[in-house]
Amino acid sequence: MPAQRPEIWVFGDYRNYFQNRVTLQLLSRATDLAEKRGALVCATVFGWDTGEWVGEYIAHGARKVYLVEDRRLGRYSCDLYVGLMERLARRYRPEIILVGATSFGREFAPRVAKRLKTGLTADCVGLDIDENGLLVQTAPAFGGNLLTRIVTPQKRPQMATVRPGVFREIPHDHGATGEIVRIDFPEDMPPDRVRLVSSERTLPVPRHLGNAEIVVCGGRGMGSKGRFRNLYELARLLGGEVGATRPAVYARWADEDALVGQADKHIRPKVLFSFGISGAIQHTAGIVDAGFIIAVNKNPKAAMMKMADVAIVADAHQVCLALIKEFKKRLRA
Amino acid sequence: MKFVVCMKQVPMASELPWDPKTRTLRRDLAEGMMNPACKQALELALGLGQKEGAQVTAITMGPPMAEEILREAIAMGAHRGLLITDPALAGSDTYATSFTLARAIEIFCPDFDLILTGCHTTDSETAQVGPQLAEELGIASAAYVDEVTVEGGTARLRRVSDGFLETLEIDLPCLVTVNTTNRSPRYVPLSGLEDAFGEVNILSVGVADLGIDPALVGADGSPTRIVDVTAPRSGKENVVLTGAPKKIVEELLERFESRISGLIRQDIRKSDAR
Ligand SMILES: Cc1cc2nc3c(=O)[nH]c(=O)nc-3n(C[C@H](O)[C@H](O)[C@H](O)COP(=O)(O)OP(=O)(O)OC[C@H]3O[C@@H](n4cnc5c(N)ncnc54)[C@H](O)[C@@H]3O)c2cc1C
Ligand SMILES: Cc1cc2nc3c(=O)[nH]c(=O)nc-3n(C[C@H](O)[C@H](O)[C@H](O)COP(=O)(O)OP(=O)(O)OC[C@H]3O[C@@H](n4cnc5c(N)ncnc54)[C@H](O)[C@@H]3O)c2cc1C
Repeated sequence: MPAQRPEIWVFGDYRNYFQNRVTLQLLSRATDLAEKRGALVCATVFGWDTGEWVGEYIAHGARKVYLVEDRRLGRYSCDLYVGLMERLARRYRPEIILVGATSFGREFAPRVAKRLKTGLTADCVGLDIDENGLLVQTAPAFGGNLLTRIVTPQKRPQMATVRPGVFREIPHDHGATGEIVRIDFPEDMPPDRVRLVSSERTLPVPRHLGNAEIVVCGGRGMGSKGRFRNLYELARLLGGEVGATRPAVYARWADEDALVGQADKHIRPKVLFSFGISGAIQHTAGIVDAGFIIAVNKNPKAAMMKMADVAIVADAHQVCLALIKEFKKRLRA
Repeated sequence: MKFVVCMKQVPMASELPWDPKTRTLRRDLAEGMMNPACKQALELALGLGQKEGAQVTAITMGPPMAEEILREAIAMGAHRGLLITDPALAGSDTYATSFTLARAIEIFCPDFDLILTGCHTTDSETAQVGPQLAEELGIASAAYVDEVTVEGGTARLRRVSDGFLETLEIDLPCLVTVNTTNRSPRYVPLSGLEDAFGEVNILSVGVADLGIDPALVGADGSPTRIVDVTAPRSGKENVVLTGAPKKIVEELLERFESRISGLIRQDIRKSDAR
């Protein structure tokens, strides 16, 4: 029995809850989409002893939660979760299913899409509803050098995965209420074909300058430690790391680890922001593999400005502040 | 034992053959290479295959020039190659691609024990073909696998998944998607090398050979449709922006919003442009 109102489902990926907020971020985006589509935002929760997540999802925008609670779901199982999602989707016919692009989600979503004989767009950075009510999915390709817009015109549900951090969650609302639809674990569900022999937590791979995709670099032209600190704010907003030239390190505006330049201080970001840096060869030797370079310098003739894709002739600190402000605005969507 | 390795030819990363006039990828211009994760899948299959005495079949679906990566695979030690090429396949999404690969495997290697794919490609990088191929064939799978051993009809796998180091067991036949971590080079016995330089065993087939209805593949058989692709500005343009900081920043994000969105993997476009 398909629901009366179109439904947008968000897969409840609650593992690693404190680091992984992707489900909440998707609920937030789904809320915007639902408004345009006149749809209802729903979450699915599969597991055992999941009351905490159900409440959390309702507080973050879910108006309905489809809940399958059973001891057999006590640990994440791709086989069982795919089977459950397939059955629920066939029964309630959601119009859209959104899944976080965690390692689990990337294996789960393609299999669900295949079983439901529908399309799936990977790693979306934008989701919108067009004038025909279709979900328009924007995804990067070629390492982010191209952006594609993809739709699933005929088949339903429309499915997309989204990386953690793409959308912003809406604040927790204690007063929010939602309906809980409890569904029994189907007794005819085939058993899990994958046996988990052991599982242990790994230490998170520390992020560092050398492998960062986004780097914000500052030099002497930042002027002071206090101003240099704003570069950390910009980097944090963009999910990047901060680098520095030798004078900035010597002035103790940045740690020794942040030095970028010849020898071992090589970086390979896809995007490099360079603030108040002249572009001495000892520094630029470390950034030859940088992708898109945006440089800010008062002096348009500085070597750094010549090797930039975009050379901004202005005060580095002022531009940094303006970027922070503008990114904050645009990333809130 | 029989192993199947699925591989895709991708454009060399250094040059992006984007044609701004026709707004399409000039795949014909691109220098192709074996997708890096596919190479790792092949390395794993060959290493394991040496131990188990397995026959390794390399399969690719793509334009005729994709045969190059099958030759490369055979030179590395694969026993045979299958090229699936047909104009009807153009525009296939992962749904149609996995469908086609499954039909080919059912015909040319029905008694497979293990299928290996890369975890993702470097061009459209969806990471969807492996898991969807497992669904098509009705077998179990595991994604992002680092190590595989085989013991009495069971594959034992190690992987890191969402911060957990997992050891899994799956009964054969099954499918694994292989992570991009580099494997140490294998010792290639002389006989393998001799085979590689002898007769090259590559078969080329089209959809009719696979008994596939052309309506089920290509753009027609694909649930997803690409609306458009936003091109990067090629090469360094050295755009110079001057004026008040606030206005410069607005101009920067206006002109480069798609490009920056893609690079930082977050949508910074103004909501009305989405
Ligand atoms: C052996 C050796 C090894 C070295 N190794 C390294 C290394 O690994 N890494 C490294 O970085 N350096 C290294 N150096 C130092 C290097 O030669 C340069 O001195 C250094 O990179 C310059 O740093 P900078 O660009 O921050 O400062 P400067 O060269 O002083 O440039 C400051 C820039 O900021 C601009 N500016 C000033 N005020 C503003 C403002 N308000 N707004 C905008 N722009 C402004 C100026 O126009 C100027 O272009 C090494 C030097 C030697 C001799
Ligand atoms: C810009 C762009 C964006 C796209 N976005 C999507 C999308 O969001 N959703 C969608 O369904 N399709 C999409 N497509 C279509 C998709 O690229 C094709 O279906 C493609 O053939 C397989 O996808 P992939 O490269 O992402 O493979 P992945 O799923 O990333 O590949 C994983 C592994 O599957 C195997 N494999 C993949 N392709 C082949 C092949 N042709 N032959 C043999 N083995 C193979 C390889 O072992 C590979 O390592 C997109 C295409 C373009 C050009």
